[in-house]
Amino acid sequence: MTTNRESMLAKLADLDAEHAKAVAGGGEKYVDRHRARGKLLARERIELLVDEGSAFLELSPLAGWGSDFTVGASVVTGIGVVEGVECLITANDPTVKGGASNPWTVKKGFRAAQIAEENNLPTISLVESGGADLPTQKEIFIPGGKAFRELTRASRRRQPTIAIVFGNSTAGGAYIPGMSDYTVMVKQQAKVFLGGPPLVKMATGEESDDESLGGAEMHARVSGLADYLAEDELDALRIGRRIVARLNRRKPTATSYVSAAGASAPDDAPTATPGTTTYAEPDADPDELLDLIPADLKEPFDPREVIVRIVDGSGPGNERPFDEFKPLYGSSLVTGWANLHGRPLGILANAQGVIFSEEAQKAAQFIQLANQSDTPLLFLHNTTGYMVGAEYEQGGIIKHGAQMINAVSNSAVPHLSVIMGASYGAGNYGMAGRAYDPRFLFTWPSAKSAVMGPAQLAGVLSIVARAAAEGRGQTYDEAEDAQMRAFIEASVEEQSLPFFLSGMLYDDGVIDPRDTRTILAICLSVIENAPIKGAEGYGVFRM
Amino acid sequence: MISRLLVANRAEIASRVFATCRRLGIRTVAVHSPADAGLAFVAEADLAVELPGNAPADSYLRIDAILDAARSTRADAVHPGYGFLAENADFARAVIDAGLTWVGPTPASIEAMGDKVRAKALMRSAGVPVLESLDPAAIAEADLPVLIKASAGGGGRGMRVVRSLADLPGEIEAARAEALSAFGDGTVFVEPYVERGRHVEVQVVDTSVFGERDCSLQRRHQKVLEESPAPGLRDEVRAAIHQAARSAAEAVDYRGAGTVEFLYDPETERFFFLEMNTRLQVEHPVTELVYGVDLVRLQLASAEGDWLMSWPDEPGSHAVEVRVYAEDPASSYQPQTGRLVTFDIPHEAAFGPLDRQGVRVDAGFRSGDEVSPHYDAMLAKVISWAPSREQAIRQLAGALRRARIHGVTTNRDQLLAILADERFRAGEVSTALLDEISLPAPGTDPVVLMAAATTHLADVAAGRRTQRGIAPGWRNVTSQLHRVRLEVGGEQHEVGWRGWPPEFPELDGRATAAADGHGWRVAVTHDGRTEHSSGLIAPAPPGRPRRVFVDTPDRSTAVLVIPRFTDPAAQHATGSLLAPMPGTVVSVVAATGERSRPASRCWSSRR
Repeated sequence: MTTNRESMLAKLADLDAEHAKAVAGGGEKYVDRHRARGKLLARERIELLVDEGSAFLELSPLAGWGSDFTVGASVVTGIGVVEGVECLITANDPTVKGGASNPWTVKKGFRAAQIAEENNLPTISLVESGGADLPTQKEIFIPGGKAFRELTRASRRRQPTIAIVFGNSTAGGAYIPGMSDYTVMVKQQAKVFLGGPPLVKMATGEESDDESLGGAEMHARVSGLADYLAEDELDALRIGRRIVARLNRRKPTATSYVSAAGASAPDDAPTATPGTTTYAEPDADPDELLDLIPADLKEPFDPREVIVRIVDGSGPGNERPFDEFKPLYGSSLVTGWANLHGRPLGILANAQGVIFSEEAQKAAQFIQLANQSDTPLLFLHNTTGYMVGAEYEQGGIIKHGAQMINAVSNSAVPHLSVIMGASYGAGNYGMAGRAYDPRFLFTWPSAKSAVMGPAQLAGVLSIVARAAAEGRGQTYDEAEDAQMRAFIEASVEEQSLPFFLSGMLYDDGVIDPRDTRTILAICLSVIENAPIKGAEGYGVFRM
Repeated sequence: MISRLLVANRAEIASRVFATCRRLGIRTVAVHSPADAGLAFVAEADLAVELPGNAPADSYLRIDAILDAARSTRADAVHPGYGFLAENADFARAVIDAGLTWVGPTPASIEAMGDKVRAKALMRSAGVPVLESLDPAAIAEADLPVLIKASAGGGGRGMRVVRSLADLPGEIEAARAEALSAFGDGTVFVEPYVERGRHVEVQVVDTSVFGERDCSLQRRHQKVLEESPAPGLRDEVRAAIHQAARSAAEAVDYRGAGTVEFLYDPETERFFFLEMNTRLQVEHPVTELVYGVDLVRLQLASAEGDWLMSWPDEPGSHAVEVRVYAEDPASSYQPQTGRLVTFDIPHEAAFGPLDRQGVRVDAGFRSGDEVSPHYDAMLAKVISWAPSREQAIRQLAGALRRARIHGVTTNRDQLLAILADERFRAGEVSTALLDEISLPAPGTDPVVLMAAATTHLADVAAGRRTQRGIAPGWRNVTSQLHRVRLEVGGEQHEVGWRGWPPEFPELDGRATAAADGHGWRVAVTHDGRTEHSSGLIAPAPPGRPRRVFVDTPDRSTAVLVIPRFTDPAAQHATGSLLAPMPGTVVSVVAATGERSRPASRCWSSRR
């Protein structure tokens, strides 16, 4: 029998393997060819762009998983720190079909743009793309135009946009630098034009070449499309960093949060430094999260054990790591207050799977309280959904569920969601699932999300089919039913698994549970770039 | 009685004299060049007077300015230290004529010993064995090698060994020019060069002998290590050398501290008078420790007219001194300048006596001081005193290993190599030994690389404004190792790391770092063991390599962290005329229009 840990480690090994596919990009042959041209890979460009020793939170690394396209969707997106400024970074992966955009690339780009918008981040685009994947142009061309509109709208919102062009950025792609606030082009590499030499020849009969139509020197000296001419890729990244250094970006909050346990600067006693808040590492070892999550999701687990491994440990100013709210009421939803890397946080965590009326009402109240105090919310999912059955329907479970969904929909504080286990049915909505636009949503490898559990779904279909057959006076084929149930169960199971959902861009990434604290801390730091303000009002609460 | 003493010198020796004055209750006056204004000796004196310029000729050789300073501060005595005006009879005379007490031998003694040719004649007649000088015109192949010495010289300056007749005229000319520029007197003489000789010198005060010192370990005729007593001398030889020194001092009725230098040939056990230095020597502390005397106090007593009454006991202990120079033995002892970020040598005493076995440090520099190109490159003397030579050597090596010297390259590693050398430890010293001791290979020790990278990264992480609590270099999707480019001894290394605390998969190690007041304590685990070291960062302007000083238990390494980006506009073109250090062009060899080949000499310059 495998332990919880073994089961989780096996899933994490699978995750690593899927990530490795994204990192491998177009594969050895295309990577070698790219390098032979003296160029850096997309992730190498990012590594050099971000501050030395800073973190990079890659987003949607499994985009396109399960589709015909390479895992990662030929673009890398994520949040990195450049000159001390948190930036949304996108980088085309030119080793995958020349960096061409496919439908998943477009979706991943839109998600990145949404994150930049909601969190008030500058965007840096490391451009080298052959344009649209023409066979799938119908899914790209019309919706894809939004990318250019979003660039200028970001600019209007004073969220700076910087394009660093390393190679092809032609036709529609030319509008990426065209619509950006700042453009940097790499000498002898950047190629930015609406139509290349063959098209120009066809259209006007003019003989031309790449450099005169769209070379970096031409754009820097003649057209003015390039603001900066970079000697080489490294120089382009250096210039990009200088641009960010001069953006005059300041977070609304000036507090610096440091771990009391971690190494700090010499001559710098953290407690004595003004504007610095210290926090303790968790009271329990995050590594034990691997033991905690049951391999079988039907087995319940206490989310308090998760919380204590994610939030700050007790210490001065944080005497209890988790102050539970309404602990005796609606006990299958745990609510309470904690700090994470020194930042206050309200937490809602499913405890026994099912959400009853009490839990729904407790959640609605707690969400309002967090909004009253401008406190971000963390949703830890492990729910099979709202309770069904006559007793509960008569008890108003829809009304109460609606209250919870009303509160979560209109809540204005940032929401963070982590799907630890099950996230089924309307429970996914009430717990700030993807459709409810949490600022960030991450999934553990143990998670499953669907309208309901695969076995239940298959069972429901079977009952409905049986009823239909009986209604028509036909005999129900039990063998066929068993086959149908097995097929449905398997395909729903597959479609409710994390890689599949992540591939569909239904989360921002599948993460190692042990990284949850770090990732949430990065997210909490990132959301501080925009003002945090609770809701002024809600929809009508049905009483 | 002297009540206020002016020291016409700088740095370490000025501090040394002031220390004795403080013990005796004598008030003190420092003179200093503008460049030296920040050094410790200036602040240690009760009064300080700034001299007009930085060049020696405008400062520590300016007799008029120094006497003005004495007058304006109402000093009643002048101590010349060593070097500069210490053996300048005109200066001694000017001091005496100004009605001040001159702490040193009489001008007549200085003159008698100062002219090396005359001194030799004097010694010959006093029965002291001398090395006969050669007539440059008559030198034949058989006389080689020969040594050219400046008559007024000392401290190695103006000395050249010539091994080929063809080089002789040029070298004599060069020695003359150098002597003229350095001492104002271009007289030079030539004598046979004893290839594996030893330099043994005898300390005298007035006409009393305070034992001998061996100063054989020299580089370019500049002493690097001195010890007392001289190892391996038979009692008869030692007694004979002492007697010869006594005769020399008596021949000029010597007053004050002086040193009679001999060339000792261990093969034949013969010794020859080389010269008498009519001043306190740099290496006087070894004698002080072994004989339990304060030679500066004796100098002052002699100047005040007190006769030395007691004779020293025979030494029952051993002292070894090394000179820490700001120079790079690996690149032909090129003098090094810059800011001493850290200068900390563990010691039990400074500028004075030790009450039990231990280490004394006489330093002219402190952490934060600037080493300027204007003067001698000696930073400090480290003197170890113990009951036996072996103990003194081990103790000295320990102090040097634990020393923290950052910011300026020094000869420390060479000193440690000497102390570890088997021949040296066996007492088989000679003036040729130093050239035969190889320098430790520059460090590409993976532990040093990991410690340097960890220090740098910990420092960068601590300086973050954003996401300070996040583990440095954190990634949710791993694609590659992070890279730090380091340079050690001119060699570049790309160090790959991941995670925090960092792991270095390519170097097969990991490290942790913790802040400790002014730097980082770094523990590197490699090859099954954990080595603790300290890492210190010297701030650098953006875009310039920052320096990380890594001190492991065994060695100190300065590691450059190469910036990830360089502004192309800030690059120097190849062939640009950047000198490695400031200097003066003394002659231009190449002519306009002449074709130069790579590495051909176009001009000569000196510091």
